[in-house]
Amino acid sequence: MLAGEAGEAVALAMRIVTETARLMGARKLVPIASAHIDGALYHGDSGTLFAERLVELGAKVAVPATLNVGALDLACGTRVHLPSHERSMAKRMMLAYEAMGCTPSWTCAPYQAGHRPDFATDVAWGESNAVAFCNSVLGARTNRYGDFLDIACAITGRAPHYGLHLPAHRRATFIADCSRLSPALRAADVFWPVLGTLYGQRAGTDIGILTGLRGFSTEDRLKAFGAAAASSGAVALFHVEGVTPEAPDIATATGLASYPERLFITPAMLDSARGALSTVRPDRRDAEAIDAVAIGSPHCSIEELVELDRLIAGRRLLRPFYACTGRHTLSALEAAGRRKALEQAGVTLVADTCVVVTPILDRIKGVLMTNSGKFAHYAPGNTGYAVQYGALAECVESAIAGRLVRDERVWA
Amino acid sequence: MKAHPLLPGGPVSGPLLRLTAPLSFWGGVDPRSGAIIQVRHPQHGQNVAGMILALPGTIGSSSSAAVLLELVRNGHAPAALLLHEADAILLIGCLVARELDWPPPPAFRYRAEQQAKLAAGSYTIAEDGTIRPF
Repeated sequence: MLAGEAGEAVALAMRIVTETARLMGARKLVPIASAHIDGALYHGDSGTLFAERLVELGAKVAVPATLNVGALDLACGTRVHLPSHERSMAKRMMLAYEAMGCTPSWTCAPYQAGHRPDFATDVAWGESNAVAFCNSVLGARTNRYGDFLDIACAITGRAPHYGLHLPAHRRATFIADCSRLSPALRAADVFWPVLGTLYGQRAGTDIGILTGLRGFSTEDRLKAFGAAAASSGAVALFHVEGVTPEAPDIATATGLASYPERLFITPAMLDSARGALSTVRPDRRDAEAIDAVAIGSPHCSIEELVELDRLIAGRRLLRPFYACTGRHTLSALEAAGRRKALEQAGVTLVADTCVVVTPILDRIKGVLMTNSGKFAHYAPGNTGYAVQYGALAECVESAIAGRLVRDERVWA
Repeated sequence: MKAHPLLPGGPVSGPLLRLTAPLSFWGGVDPRSGAIIQVRHPQHGQNVAGMILALPGTIGSSSSAAVLLELVRNGHAPAALLLHEADAILLIGCLVARELDWPPPPAFRYRAEQQAKLAAGSYTIAEDGTIRPF
């Protein structure tokens, strides 16, 4: 492939894959079953130029490859405040990736859009939450493939064989024990991104096994946990005892006869992590201000949107409320007849992209409320908004009231 | 003082910007200017452009390669990268820049413990990774 017999695009992609293999100490390349491409989000003209170079050279993906979000909402047409040059370059970039044969899924939750690799297969996925979910919940094997390497792997159908492709590198080296937390807290959606944030801070690049969560997790909770953990740390794989496929028990997940270091998660640790998710200081003059609400990082599932509809209960939202999701969920929402009700209540559905990766929010120095640990992490830097983190119900009640509404009972 | 060349280049000189916490370039660095925009980061408000940037770790988004590539193209990239360990995110930004004929900063492996011993000031890094005060 390097010599160019498979075409110049393959040769270019192969140079990136083999050079990465050298840098990372991989001895060989491994065939991959699929890819998830995070590289189609516009950050500047350079990424568009790279994608168009590949298209000019005749690049086609060799394996099924879904696309993560772009910078434009092609499915719903939500207004994105990009100047015309940036808008045009972002569109060209999205079209270039589609031209290479990638599936136009445009979602950061491809695993809820039908892309679920089999257990123990090697894949090349990008986007930190997708990587964490793919490794941890599905048990497929991927490293954190960054922009450009993801498409290079998809074009060559190969990935450097190192890191999490090797079973020995997938073992847990510490235990995060949640069993002393109240069952009510563990059963609350709002707990999971906070736990993820805390876990990511403690784990860094290490792999842990969480215990005491069996019976409390759902797929959407694991999704929210992983996204938060991959934002506050470099978490690409976590295990949950009795829940995730490589962790039927501690011994299997650690590969050890004796237990490694055990960290008991305490309410005080969670309080500190939860406090750090909100950036509005309690002594701020208008500490109860809310200017907008955003949910859906990772993209909302149909279940999450149905829950949103249930919580709104026919009332009218006073503040802009953005629900980010994938086009796959829009179709399901329409099929379920729920889209109209959400939009009538004042929810702006955003598909193919989200409010933190592209300018959708009104350009003010406002306060954004969210139930997403990942939005809470990235919104201040990317949008200029301060953040209030809270449960979905708190987000809904705050948007209806037009000011911060808290319900702290679950944390008591 | 000697760093291990990962992506050779140089010699390069510049002021040292030593990060005291891991940073995600995506969401952490403005791709237009090189400013550190992650409000929770200890070096928030500083700028990576033209600096010998010492990173104790890379966290967060896998889009960091794209941010670095954009910085290379618009002239706001660091002068050199000192990484605690090779990472397949920032270095990819450098590899792609090279493919597009935009000269990327050289990158070296230099452990966080060693980074911590570098005093503030300007340094020159030779192609073989030798670090000298400038």
